[in-house]
Amino acid sequence: MLERINFLFRLGHAHKIARRYFVTNGFDGALTMLGLVTGFYTSGNVALPVVINACLGAAIALTVSGLSSAYVSEAAEREQELLELEQALVHDLADTDHGHSARLAPLLVAAANGLAPLLIALVIISPLWLAQAGVVLPLPPLDASIALAFATLFLLGAFLGRVSGRYWLWSGVRTLFIAALTTAIILLIDN
Amino acid sequence: MSSLKRIVLDVLKPHHPNALDFASAIADENSGCRVTVTVTEVDERTESTVVVIEGDDIPYQEIVGIITRLGGSVHSIDEVEVSNVPGRSKRRPE
Repeated sequence: MLERINFLFRLGHAHKIARRYFVTNGFDGALTMLGLVTGFYTSGNVALPVVINACLGAAIALTVSGLSSAYVSEAAEREQELLELEQALVHDLADTDHGHSARLAPLLVAAANGLAPLLIALVIISPLWLAQAGVVLPLPPLDASIALAFATLFLLGAFLGRVSGRYWLWSGVRTLFIAALTTAIILLIDN
Repeated sequence: MSSLKRIVLDVLKPHHPNALDFASAIADENSGCRVTVTVTEVDERTESTVVVIEGDDIPYQEIVGIITRLGGSVHSIDEVEVSNVPGRSKRRPE
C-alpha cells in the first residue's frame, strides 16, 4: 500500500513539489514567529499567555491559509495537466495511475504547505509554553524563542543547500542573515 | 490448448512512468515474463513505444490492463508467437 502511494507521488513529482512548499511556507512560519516574538520582546513585560495566544493564532492562520491555498491551486494545476495528457493520448485517464496521482498529489502538497508553518511555529514557541508550565530555562523565554527561530531558519537554509547540492553551511548562513536582517529592521522600527 | 509465448505491442504512453518503470511494472505483476520496451518516438507529452513480452503463458488481458492503468494505450498487436503445448490440447484424439 505504502509502495503504491509512493509510486503515485513519484509519478506526479508530488514529493519534490511538497518539499519545495514545505521549505517555502516553513520559512514564512519561522520568520512570522521571529517577527512576532521580537515585537513582544521590544514591547517589554508582555504576559506570556498573550504572546503564546498571538503566536498560536498566527500559526493557525498560516496553516489554514497554507492548506487551502496549496490544495486549490495544485488541484487546478493537476486537473489541467491531466486534461492535456488525455488530449495527447486520446483516452480517458480518470481510472489510471495518472488520474489517481492527480487526485492524491494536491493532498500531499497541501499537507506539506499547511503543516510546515504550524510545526515550525510550535517548535519556536515551545520555550514560552515550558516557561509557563514552570520549567526553568537557561535563557528568558522570549530570548530562547528568538534563538530557536534563528536555529530553525539556519536549519531550513542548510536543508535547502543539501537539496540544491550547494555547500549547506553557506546556505544556512544566508538564511541566518535574512533572520538577522528581519530582527534588525523590527528593532530599528520599535526603537 | 495454445499459450501465448511472445507478443509485440505498439503502445502510446505518457513520459511518466519512464520506460524502465513501465517495463518493471509489467514484469513485477507477471512472474516469468521478460519485458522489453523500446521508445521509438518522443512527442511533447507522449512516447511511442514497442513493448515486447516473452514468457511461457503470457496473460494478454492482464498485460493490457496494466498498460492502461499506467496511462498507456495499445494501438496494435504487431507480432505474436503462440504455441500449442502437447498434452494441453482441447482436441482429443479419436
